[in-house]
Amino acid sequence: MVIKIIRNFFRNIFGGLFKNKEDIKLGFYGPPNAGKTSLANRICKDFTGEEIGKVSKIPHETRKVQFKEKVEIEYKNKKMTFKMIDTPGIATKIDYEDFLKYNMKKKEAKERAKTATQGIVESIKWLDDMDLVVIVLDATENPYSQVNITIIGNLVARKIPVLIVANKVDLKNADIKKIESAFPEYEVVGLSAKYGKNLEEFYESLLKLSKKI
Amino acid sequence: MVKKGGKNLGKIKGFSIQFLPYAEIRNLGSNERIKKILKIVLENRIIILQGKLSSEEEARLIGDTMAMIGHIKNFKGIELAVISDKEEEGFFNQFRTGLINILSKGDLGAITIIGPASIVKEIKKNPKKIELMLKD
Repeated sequence: MVIKIIRNFFRNIFGGLFKNKEDIKLGFYGPPNAGKTSLANRICKDFTGEEIGKVSKIPHETRKVQFKEKVEIEYKNKKMTFKMIDTPGIATKIDYEDFLKYNMKKKEAKERAKTATQGIVESIKWLDDMDLVVIVLDATENPYSQVNITIIGNLVARKIPVLIVANKVDLKNADIKKIESAFPEYEVVGLSAKYGKNLEEFYESLLKLSKKI
Repeated sequence: MVKKGGKNLGKIKGFSIQFLPYAEIRNLGSNERIKKILKIVLENRIIILQGKLSSEEEARLIGDTMAMIGHIKNFKGIELAVISDKEEEGFFNQFRTGLINILSKGDLGAITIIGPASIVKEIKKNPKKIELMLKD
């Protein structure tokens, strides 16, 4: 009985102290079709058993910011709780005709283009609210795209820690070194979100970086 | 290097390039800078801007571009690339250009290329070269 009273006393005191502490807002940013949702899904599945969103081969599948609350990532006795924020891929152009190649009807393609542009605006707005950002890049693509530089530049200006992921390392023409030489100031983790390859190094780097917040 | 669809320039009818000296945007606020750039892009011209926009301005340019797609006929967005000599410079040169940039209120060691996506298919960039691929 006495032990219970003491335990409740401490719980009330310390519980009150940390009650307002919010979970770390972890954003997934990058160009379209780099695998942001695939990676966010992999993490969410590993730690909550549920996915955050749908993935597709057609670019701009994620056209609204998607959330997953209370994702507790645990790796090597380290534990942290995140609010996962999966954002639509940022691009400088959207042409509905590009979607027609995927056997989409004109009306559907136009609607997809419209919502994709709105999604990009939303992604940019959310830059202000992140605590930590994972930039997901397709390791088979040229990393020297201005969109990548613009996103990172904005995060640096807001002093938001950045971890770069070189995704799709399972593909033959993946080149992590090219991404490393494009962004020498940042840690780059090569992985395959699709096959869950090298997720351990990613979790370790993520938890290490979370301490910088 | 200007290429059309990955090949040498062939049947291209012509395109217009406008040089924008930094002096023309130095004293403008971010909104006015972006308005000025988008106005030129909407006239189907490729801009060669002396210097570069800030990262926040670049993000705003992308946001404003997205807001215009679907509202302006045939406008599909922009292609954007910045070439900067910063990585190639030694310490002394970096200090010197840094000082010049402070005095001129802009990064004059950079060049920004912005073109309408209806004309510019892609701007391929790597540290050594830049390629402007035009639409067929």
